[in-house]
Amino acid sequence: MAVPERSVMEHVEQPVEPAPSVESSPPLTFQVKNLSIWYGEKRAIDNVTLDVASNAVTAIIGPSGCGKSTFLRALNRMHELVPKTRMKGTVLLQGQDLYSSTVDPAIVRRRVGMVFQKSNPFPTMTIGENVVIGLRLNGVRNQKLLNERLEKSLRMAALWDEVKDDLHKPGTSLSGGQQQRLCIARTLAVEPEVVLMDEPCSALDPIATAKIEELISELKTKYTIVTVTHNMQQAGRISDYTAFFYIGRLIEFGPTTKIFTNPSERQTEDYITGRFG
Amino acid sequence: MYSRGADNHTWRKIKSALASGIAFVSALLVIAPLGLVFFHLLVNGAGSVNWDFFTKLPAPVGAVGGGMVNAIVGSLELLVLASVIGIPVGVLGGVYLAEYGSARINSVLRFMGDVLNGIPSITWGVVVYGLVVLRFKGFSAYAGGLALGLIMIPLILRTTEEMILLVPNGYREAALALGVARWKTIVHIVLKTASRGIITGILLALARVGGETAPLLFTAFGNRFWNHSLNQPIAALPLQIFTYAISPYDDWHRQAWAGALVLVTGVFCVNILVRLLTRGRGVSVV
Repeated sequence: MAVPERSVMEHVEQPVEPAPSVESSPPLTFQVKNLSIWYGEKRAIDNVTLDVASNAVTAIIGPSGCGKSTFLRALNRMHELVPKTRMKGTVLLQGQDLYSSTVDPAIVRRRVGMVFQKSNPFPTMTIGENVVIGLRLNGVRNQKLLNERLEKSLRMAALWDEVKDDLHKPGTSLSGGQQQRLCIARTLAVEPEVVLMDEPCSALDPIATAKIEELISELKTKYTIVTVTHNMQQAGRISDYTAFFYIGRLIEFGPTTKIFTNPSERQTEDYITGRFG
Repeated sequence: MYSRGADNHTWRKIKSALASGIAFVSALLVIAPLGLVFFHLLVNGAGSVNWDFFTKLPAPVGAVGGGMVNAIVGSLELLVLASVIGIPVGVLGGVYLAEYGSARINSVLRFMGDVLNGIPSITWGVVVYGLVVLRFKGFSAYAGGLALGLIMIPLILRTTEEMILLVPNGYREAALALGVARWKTIVHIVLKTASRGIITGILLALARVGGETAPLLFTAFGNRFWNHSLNQPIAALPLQIFTYAISPYDDWHRQAWAGALVLVTGVFCVNILVRLLTRGRGVSVV
């Protein structure tokens, strides 16, 4: 299927309704309303309503199995890969319903990229091929454009200086932290609007973690970022907003400074202070 | 009760030595046939493997000499025909099993694949005889290739499925999260990652059917001359060996040994190739 050369974003549908402007609130990227998700009979997300601000880092925290990964995956329809999933509620991206029957999940995922817990560069590809594979498989053939995107994405992922002479080496030859930044570059190369991160640092050492955290803070000027983390200090360091999930429910959501210094809910306080979880 | 401690220790050592001794002998018995076969073939066949064997047609009855070039080429042609049928169906079926099918359908398909793998190869010959040879009124290379291809399908099906299932899910998710369509993810990411294992499975299937005689007996039929059309009977190395081995002529017997040696060497080479492929450098899921 040879798609003619053009930006991969071109065939994205226009928003069906303009994003409602909320006075004295930052612009919103996602508006999640009454979202519930089931895996078979098990309810993983229970009636969650949450707005994600644009060009900010929103952290999702909570103990294991609380549904934070499921919630993240619902933002780009990745949770649908699990058989027998069911969802209720709406997720609006820039005012457009992601779950409308006319929306192709592949297009959603081009607009909402994802970085995973375990770095997963494609083992059959070089560093360079890994970065541009998303564009290639989405039909971009223009070598000049691919080369531009390659350098731009690697620079944004703060990896260019380390790998610019080794672009032909296998992606798996890099260290763990570099591999994770390579995966970030791969995600950025398709020029998404949002980057979702599912515990991007949990498999990395402190130095590599610090680099990724720094990177996240830089990326938020251009992208909206939603990240799941197990690490409370990390959520405190990098995020502007924090959502606390517990057993599939959103317990509390607000500016990170408030959640961490003056939480309204007892459960949030208990979790943050390490009394459970 | 514990007073015989020392004796007990000796007795346990003897038992242990016995057990490992028996296991060792069993292992030898496993390898021995391969050594015997190869040794026997070398002794009886090596003398007749010469330039003529690879370049000449079979000599007329009574005349000494000649070769099996038509059977060697014929076997290769049959393998190509079998691949045309067996590889696409087997690989795509494996993709279906590993990536698409529902659990219930898959268990049925898998069971049938295993049953097919267990069907005696001569049965395939009979089936193709009934379906193709009788209908088109003649033995042909097509019929022989079809019979071999049908044997390859379940072999390749199962290895492809297993190799694809070894590809970590993270790679699929990574590609899908880039907005890559499902089928492109399967072709460009999953199959590429599993390619070495799948090629290995294909080579092993080819090695297996390359030595099959029974399914060719009444499909490809054999031919003492060149095959000029795939609609006509074609020679194959195993068939030629069979014909020569049951003949009353000493010279043909020698050639049958030579043919068997060439065939076994070919299969051996394929297996070594597989070894090299699966050992190779770089990353592999195998």
